Amino acid sequence: MTTYWVLAVGGMALVTFGIRLSFLVWGHRLRFPAWMERALRFVPTAVLTALIVPMALAPHGTVDLSAHNAYLPGALASAGVALRSRHSLAAILSGFAVYGLWRWLF
Amino acid sequence: MLVGAAPFGVIFGTLAIGSGLPVWVTLALSAAVFAGSSQFVVISLISGGAALPVVWMTTLVVNLRHALYSATLLPYVRELPARWRWPLAFWLTDETFAVVHNHLRQHAATRAGAWYWLGSALAMYLNWLAWTVAGVLVGQSIPGIATLGLDFAMVATFVAIVAPQLRERPVLLAALVAGTVAMLARDLPYQLGLMLAAAAGVAAGVLSERPAVEPLP
Repeated sequence: MTTYWVLAVGGMALVTFGIRLSFLVWGHRLRFPAWMERALRFVPTAVLTALIVPMALAPHGTVDLSAHNAYLPGALASAGVALRSRHSLAAILSGFAVYGLWRWLF
Repeated sequence: MLVGAAPFGVIFGTLAIGSGLPVWVTLALSAAVFAGSSQFVVISLISGGAALPVVWMTTLVVNLRHALYSATLLPYVRELPARWRWPLAFWLTDETFAVVHNHLRQHAATRAGAWYWLGSALAMYLNWLAWTVAGVLVGQSIPGIATLGLDFAMVATFVAIVAPQLRERPVLLAALVAGTVAMLARDLPYQLGLMLAAAAGVAAGVLSERPAVEPLP
């Protein structure tokens, strides 16, 4: 297991460092196509949303829109606060408050 | 900016420990990879023993945007020797990019600018490590924290990152498509659903942007 973790973390570090080095060190010979520049702007949002949505709608594998699914109201509360205030800590905490309250109620 | 990273650092540390990662792996992720969102994403992957290529590919996709930062900042460090550019690249993150790019645009490209970059990058780095340690301590002091709904912390964290960006219509569309595809494809093996959803979301965002006329420079 140790080998696995070393390889996993080591590989991630190499990949990430390589990306960051790319232009700063070899940039004289590389050029960035414009379409890619536009596409990269959407990557974080697309990846994170792709992770959140199944967790919020189907926390245990199957779609659960019943009152027993506290993830959905919690996530919606976080989203509401984040949209209004741009304050990430407030958004996380209010999401947690709704999530906890919901679990306690249902 | 330093304070803004605090909840993410703590939640990352707590979540990693709660998911069963050893302390050294958790700290190594923050110290060697130093890229918040990819660290969050791989927690579930490597605690579940996902195949290594899947872990590396996911990291590549999630962190590819750093190449854009790398390209944008190149003009400011073009004249610096490699012994400067390598370490500066290592500490290049979303936050560092935002701060440094803003600073360098207003000041001439000098050695002082590189010091500014190095200084702010180091501050972010030590800050991130410290909050990760804090999270590890929380995770250790509350056994079984994973069952206390800590996995919700990840949902809340990601929502807090994504939601403010949804005010822009192309971004909103990218999110809607990515979320829908992720739901439909969530049972595919090797996180293929995630890759597919991310690709579809990015494509939707780019295509929806096309009709807008870009201003001439």
